[in-house]
Amino acid sequence: MLLEALTLQLGYNATLVTVGAMLLGIAAGATGTFLFLGKRALVSDAISHATLPGVALAFMLMVAFGGEGRSLPGLLLGSAVTSAIGLLCVSALTHRTRLSEDAAIGAVLSVFFGFGIVLLTVIQSMNAGRQAGLESFLLGSTAGMLWNDAVVIALGGTLVLLAVLILRRPMTTVAFDPEFAAGAGMNVRRIELAMMGLAMAITVVGLKIVGLILIVALLIIPAVAARFWSHRVGHVVLLAGTFGGVAGYVGAAISATAPALPTGPIIVLVAFAIFLMSLLIAPARGVLAAMLRHRRFQAQVHVRQGLLALATDQPIYERLTLRLMKRRGLVRADGVATETGQAQAARALLDERRWQVLRSDPAHAEAAAHYDGLTPLDTVLTPDQLKALDQGLGPRATT
Amino acid sequence: MTGAEFVPLSLPPLVIGICAAIACAVPGNFLLLRKQALIGDAISHVVLPGIVLAFLVTGTLSAWPMMIGAGIAALVAVGLIEAVRRLGRIEPGAAMGVVFTAMFAGGVLLLEQSDTSSVHLDVEHALYGNLESLIWLDATGWSSLFDLEALAGMPPELWRMAITTLVVLVMCVLFWRPLKLSTFDEGFAQTIGLPVNLIGLGLVVTAAIAAVAAFDAVGSIIVIAMFICPPAAARMMTNSLEAQVLWSVVFATVSAVLGYVLAGYGPLWLGFENAVSAAGMIATVSGGILALAAAFGPCRTRSGAPVEV
Repeated sequence: MLLEALTLQLGYNATLVTVGAMLLGIAAGATGTFLFLGKRALVSDAISHATLPGVALAFMLMVAFGGEGRSLPGLLLGSAVTSAIGLLCVSALTHRTRLSEDAAIGAVLSVFFGFGIVLLTVIQSMNAGRQAGLESFLLGSTAGMLWNDAVVIALGGTLVLLAVLILRRPMTTVAFDPEFAAGAGMNVRRIELAMMGLAMAITVVGLKIVGLILIVALLIIPAVAARFWSHRVGHVVLLAGTFGGVAGYVGAAISATAPALPTGPIIVLVAFAIFLMSLLIAPARGVLAAMLRHRRFQAQVHVRQGLLALATDQPIYERLTLRLMKRRGLVRADGVATETGQAQAARALLDERRWQVLRSDPAHAEAAAHYDGLTPLDTVLTPDQLKALDQGLGPRATT
Repeated sequence: MTGAEFVPLSLPPLVIGICAAIACAVPGNFLLLRKQALIGDAISHVVLPGIVLAFLVTGTLSAWPMMIGAGIAALVAVGLIEAVRRLGRIEPGAAMGVVFTAMFAGGVLLLEQSDTSSVHLDVEHALYGNLESLIWLDATGWSSLFDLEALAGMPPELWRMAITTLVVLVMCVLFWRPLKLSTFDEGFAQTIGLPVNLIGLGLVVTAAIAAVAAFDAVGSIIVIAMFICPPAAARMMTNSLEAQVLWSVVFATVSAVLGYVLAGYGPLWLGFENAVSAAGMIATVSGGILALAAAFGPCRTRSGAPVEV
């Protein structure tokens, strides 16, 4: 069943949804990256909640003019208008008052959402039955998606993606260093507005599939997951788009296999699974890699201290140190040094003495900054410098 | 309107609304100043999986298991956000976004998977609350307030919300000085030996208690609005923390009363038949107050900031 869904064999409607969700995921992942890099991730939360009154108002207007009230382009246009107003409110509250951005975001999202709910109850009392499905914008619903809706979503996603590709350079600069961007003659305010506008477009387009509360997830989670794998912006954007696309595709496919699996939440949970995997196993910034690095460092410290102890004929009590040194063939089971152990101990002691001399001499201040108790001195100094340094050591150490 | 109509139908929701607004607004002041204003937003999204799980485990809709479930979910979320932030070295906003959307998605999925259609547990209820339905049928008029038998029939949400509000207020008074110090100058607070991290955690837990209690009675939308809007508006009115907290209590009360009245009677005045969502209206009114404060408040700009012309 799942295999059939993944290979798009569950029928026309499921295929539409799956492809639409994938396109949306790709566009959302790429767009969200710039928000995340600019430390603006939660602005999308305000944008998405501010769409609700627009959806409701558009519905009321369309009904007032004798329409059916449920045409998707009309509803999306309405949601775009109020979310743009919400965005302007966030910007005004942040720039003109003493409120910080997070407070402005929270105020806008709660007030717009509250007002939207007021409008929804008005619609409910207007005419029961006709508003059916309007509440599905809260959590997304794809069951009733038509060909026209799918075209709107696919087209919107593609357009946003194109805009991201065109604007990627200025957006990168502004996200990382707005002051430099301003110095380089860029119109920071306008580029920021474009960035927000793209996030808004994603939100509006995604309403039908993921719903207004969960669309935030598609903008944030793929970008955060992608950040673990690379520190180059281009790669992060590409990866985030891929992760978003995979989440949309796989999530929509899974949800197509059973009626009780709502599309929006499943897509979000797939994205979260990708995030968890990235958090754990990403090579440079992942938790597992950090743990291995820590273990290696710990082992290095213990072995070094053990060697120094051997060289000065002190007994080693630390169990971990003994175990590590045994495993490397430096000491025998009874704690007596082997031949390699003695040789390495002598070398460690020499290294430590050299470091002491080096560090007591102000002339070597620059090299001394490399001292961490682990780095061998011959990786810092040239052989000639070492020889010169050795003249400062006592006769015992050099023999 | 007579007492016979007002006391059973409007008094309990009004009192519950006011208590919920105050219980959220007071800790909201400190969250706002600590740039953690969105914690309220995050908490109100993540309590959903807690409530659903509590229902699945106990099989009942009674309040205590749900509140405990919601409380645990809130604590798990706070812990997860912190873990993601530290383990992944991610900025707090993004960490929060990852955790609360994922937990909310999990909650919705659980809700759809479990057979909860027979009971009144659905997402819309969780969002809007059911303030309007918290009526006190045993009351016959003002005299019922002194009638022990009738008092026993009060909606239980009222007692829970009143006690929660009292707890929140007492906590704030008791820990006023350490809270104030650690909010404004964390470095100094640390130097004089205050457990800064513990105070921060205590604040978040208090906020979570207020959120969970209010969530049950009035829905998440009031919770988020009350955590942020009254304190933000109060911040524009004054430079002193004491005055700010008092202003925020006033704004929260006004939002609750005006919002409830407008939701119940506004449409009637305009010639419509049905009332609108009280929770939504309370949030809307608080936004209006914030807009007024942002436009005219005496302390609306950052002190020392250049005035935009």
